[in-house]
Amino acid sequence: MSANHDGANLLEVRGLTKIFGTLTACDHIDLNIAKGEIHALLGENGAGKSTLVKMLFGSLEPNSGEIFWDGKPVKITSPGMAKKLGIGMVFQHFSLFEALTAAENIALSLNDGSPIGSIAAKARALSYSYGLPLDPDSLVGDLSVGERQRIEIIRCLLQTPQLIILDEPTSVLTPQEADKLFETLERLRAEGKSILYISHRLEEVKRICDRATVLRHGKVVGHCNPRQETAASLARMMVGSEVKAVVRAPAEGIETAPALLEIRNLSRKPATPFAIPLKNINLSVRAGEVIGIAGVAGNGQGEFFESVSGEVLQQDAGSVRIRGKDAGGLPITRRRLMGAAFVPEERLGHGAAPRMKLSENLLLSRHATDGKAFVGSGGMVKNGAVYSAAQRIITAMDVRKSAPDPEAAALSGGNLQKFIVGRELDRKPSVMIVNQPTWGVDAGAAAHIRQALIELARSGSAVLVISQDLDELFELSDAIAVMHNGELSVPLPIAEATFEKIGLLMGGAEPGHAEHGMEVA
Amino acid sequence: MDITVNILLTIATAATPLLIAAIGELVVERSGVLNLGVEGMMIMGAVGGFGAGYLTGSPWIGLLAAIIVGALFSLLFAVMTLSLATNQVATGLSLTLLGLGLSGMIGTSFVGQPGVRLPNLDIPVISSIPVVGKLIFGQDPVFYISIALTAAVMWFLFKTRTGLTLRSIGDSHTSAHALGIKVIRYRYLAVMFGGACAGLAGGHLSLVYTPQWVENMSAGRGWIALALVVFASWRPWRVLAGAYIFGAVWIGQLHAQAFGIPVPSQFLSSLPYLATVVVLVLISRNKRLTMMNTPASLGQPFVPDR
Amino acid sequence: MRIELVKRPQRSALFSMLSPFIAFALTIIAGAIMFALLGVNPLNAFEIYFVEPISQVWQLHELAIKAAPLILIAVGLSVCYRANIWNIGAEGQFIFGAIFGSIIPVLFPQFEGPLVIPLMLLLGMVGGAFYASIPALLKTRFSTNEILTSLMLVYVAQLFLDWLVRGPWRDPQGHGFPQTIQFGDSAVLPELMPDAGRANWGFVFALVAAVLVWLMMSRMLKGFEVRVLGSSPRAGRFAGFGFNRMVFFTFLLSGALAGLAGISEVSGAIGQLQPVISPGYGFTAIIVAFLGRLNPLGIVAAGLVLALTYLGGEAVQSALGISDKVARVFQGMLLFFVLGCDTLIHYRIRLIGMALTKPNGATKLEAAPKLEEAR
Repeated sequence: MSANHDGANLLEVRGLTKIFGTLTACDHIDLNIAKGEIHALLGENGAGKSTLVKMLFGSLEPNSGEIFWDGKPVKITSPGMAKKLGIGMVFQHFSLFEALTAAENIALSLNDGSPIGSIAAKARALSYSYGLPLDPDSLVGDLSVGERQRIEIIRCLLQTPQLIILDEPTSVLTPQEADKLFETLERLRAEGKSILYISHRLEEVKRICDRATVLRHGKVVGHCNPRQETAASLARMMVGSEVKAVVRAPAEGIETAPALLEIRNLSRKPATPFAIPLKNINLSVRAGEVIGIAGVAGNGQGEFFESVSGEVLQQDAGSVRIRGKDAGGLPITRRRLMGAAFVPEERLGHGAAPRMKLSENLLLSRHATDGKAFVGSGGMVKNGAVYSAAQRIITAMDVRKSAPDPEAAALSGGNLQKFIVGRELDRKPSVMIVNQPTWGVDAGAAAHIRQALIELARSGSAVLVISQDLDELFELSDAIAVMHNGELSVPLPIAEATFEKIGLLMGGAEPGHAEHGMEVA
Repeated sequence: MDITVNILLTIATAATPLLIAAIGELVVERSGVLNLGVEGMMIMGAVGGFGAGYLTGSPWIGLLAAIIVGALFSLLFAVMTLSLATNQVATGLSLTLLGLGLSGMIGTSFVGQPGVRLPNLDIPVISSIPVVGKLIFGQDPVFYISIALTAAVMWFLFKTRTGLTLRSIGDSHTSAHALGIKVIRYRYLAVMFGGACAGLAGGHLSLVYTPQWVENMSAGRGWIALALVVFASWRPWRVLAGAYIFGAVWIGQLHAQAFGIPVPSQFLSSLPYLATVVVLVLISRNKRLTMMNTPASLGQPFVPDR
Repeated sequence: MRIELVKRPQRSALFSMLSPFIAFALTIIAGAIMFALLGVNPLNAFEIYFVEPISQVWQLHELAIKAAPLILIAVGLSVCYRANIWNIGAEGQFIFGAIFGSIIPVLFPQFEGPLVIPLMLLLGMVGGAFYASIPALLKTRFSTNEILTSLMLVYVAQLFLDWLVRGPWRDPQGHGFPQTIQFGDSAVLPELMPDAGRANWGFVFALVAAVLVWLMMSRMLKGFEVRVLGSSPRAGRFAGFGFNRMVFFTFLLSGALAGLAGISEVSGAIGQLQPVISPGYGFTAIIVAFLGRLNPLGIVAAGLVLALTYLGGEAVQSALGISDKVARVFQGMLLFFVLGCDTLIHYRIRLIGMALTKPNGATKLEAAPKLEEAR
């Protein structure tokens, strides 16, 4: 069931270029998409994939280059025009409205005046026919990430597009949900539709894509048939060099090591209308080990992180214990002073203040733990000491930057993440809790960060990693627990864990019934 | 009986400018823009309306001028916050400060001049039906406009596709932009609608409520209108209820002063302002309600990348 | 035509410095147009407005008297606004500072000596801080919007002062005028150089406050805390800085400074309480804070400029017969232009003319017929 490559190209892109200030995000991109093929657009974070698809969808204006649709030159000046041509888009960061219902969300992108009721009926019918059931009357804010993606897909399909662009669609899905999506995509291909599939996950590209275009630093570095490539050869094309594999030395004597972080019966009521309640979470992380927490986004990971870090306090002081002492009632600064360090998911605006210099961002998390070194008498900040400490971290983590002490927002995602992780590692914390350590980070930086976390653990610290990226967790962790709907499963030792087992838990299978679920799958 | 009818009539007259200004601001805030310049636009509408009415002798032209002046004045805010992405709070404040200054300057020559008054509707026969006749058929024209406006905004926001689009922009301008909705254009129109409403409310003050020009005659009503929108948690019919509650407080304290209640008049005069604070506290205590209803992108600057 | 903003990779240091000056230049241009519309020769008007009021030494003293409250209040407000907390009720806090500070000279006129003034100033700060603590309390306890509450309390404070000076605190020998007794000698803030002009210690307080707050904001951990919580509250919480504590800190600080300004004005420039003791200093200070780019040292300069607009307003009124409201217009325009020019710090501005978008439109038309075929 290979695609029909003889057919004329549905979309042709010639020399498409987009420049932001001094950065050439897309540099003379050429791309052909045939009718009825699934075409992969591969590239690292920051390679220019998103910029390219935004130009194809009319939300960004190219500086130069041509686009041909069905052989005719077109200028796509707005998303509305893209839709008229027959281009549909499923965004990575969904373009949904939380305060509106699914049907209203769908109505907003259809430019006909038909009443909401009939749109809802159509959406419901279509969603069932593709095996992506959807309740059009539910409020988007109440839905899981996977359900939100269904709305995006149904919304896109209702416009009967010829070309469907999917931006990193599986990053928010369990492996089983991803399988379901692939079935839908193959069915769409069989119906003659073209799909531009953007991903950095090589295995799935090899599995479903007919052709691939690889981007690196804003340039096309090659076209290929992914089925004839290996994951390693695709990775080389994407990264441009060999990526150092992460080495995880065997953990020794963990069983007898003391638990440095203990979570006991941690529960939390939802703070906002759309928040997830935490239900009776138990976990302990011992000196020397890395525990991973897997889970689909929006299952309580953010709430869990806030509770453990002390940004939100617990009623029960014993629900969070750091190095054997109750910390549940203590704020984040006190928990840091007990030896804990935290890296939140959001870099800009949570882990770092975007409009502040790196040295100031160093002070952000360390003004108390390094109070003597950084703050003098009368509360005066020792700028010199802070600056040189920041430079030390920049060197240690190989942070690339354009100025000696730039604003956090001026750094690329990967470099900023290296700085934020480095800021905490520099303290040699005995407990380290990281939420999404390499989200949106290029492969080189990701390997660097992962290796550093393993080394921290092996030097005697307890490391807890929360991540949506299963590959990452399997690379890092000594055991993996799964968070689903505010509950945490018992950690599976890495030797026993498989993608299938973890995936089922992510989808909400009862921890005790995992074996049964496997048989069904 | 007559006294009660008259009090009810004056409550309606006091509530009308609050209602109109608040309904306008509600639409603005539903689109995700916080315009704190209501007081400034209202006072500009009042001086513009009075001036045009005084110069032409026609209260209707005055009313029209008030609307136009309010809308044009809000355009200043729109250019700053929407095209130049300035801080909405600071810009709204400066619109109010500029409006108060400019209206004072323009109005210098109007002080003490007799104004024109928009006549009450007086349908023969029907309006002489006791009580109901006067209340329903004998009010000033702006009263009817205010009620019709509230109904129209309710219908627009919740029953039309354009209204849905406007609400979606208020919920997430980035999502709206990604769908190809012209965020900035919608917001321009919303802000100018709010300006026109505030202008009309000001015109009501200087052409109906007290048909003359007094400096700072809006007396904080623009701010109370802003508070009403929060109080109403962005629902038009609740704005209507709120406006009438405040109209009653306003009139109540005036009557209390007239009756010589042994409380210093200043304390009575401060009641509407204190009531605003109390009402805001009561409504914000219910955090869930506030969070569910506040337009999520309210006050956030939006710069589309092209 | 439309305006397009292009984000700069780094904030522009050049425009950071230039923006207040560009704003001032634009205000002058707009002012010239306004004067011309009023039928006055702009050059002549500007001379009367901006030059004559400060051409003699005693006039500089008058300038200092007007600038002192503006600077004091604006310095406090700048800390609030840096923390993204919107205290716009400084006018009310000014009035309450004046009322609290006046307790001694009005109720205990027999109490004299060198302690009177320090006590009055202290009470003034307490009064301002007390009044500012109300919106702070409501914001932290009930998350009530501080913009609206702090503003509503201005009206209440004005009415309260009106009641005081017409009621319980009215001077019995004042022939029914709504005012308190004249403050005794030891309750009057001394003049700095009595031979040269009327400027009093209030101006010194303003300068000291500006320097101290500048030191705090730029060098101390507390200032860092304010800036972090203001620019990204979530990062501030991650840093362990308490938001509620910050709300109280900024409100109490700005309230105390506004209160100090209030009592200094009453005990220095006026000498008694009257129904109206401020020509809107609390609101004009908002403009001063922004014109000074929320930097206490910049605020000193901005305060002098805004003080001049008050003096100039009085001057054009007496010389040209134009309403002194012209000052308020100048102030409003200035703030508008400052805010607009600040955009230049973070963005480059591109004007897109219609001519540029036409070619796109043409291609759109070409593509359209083919679409029909496709369906």
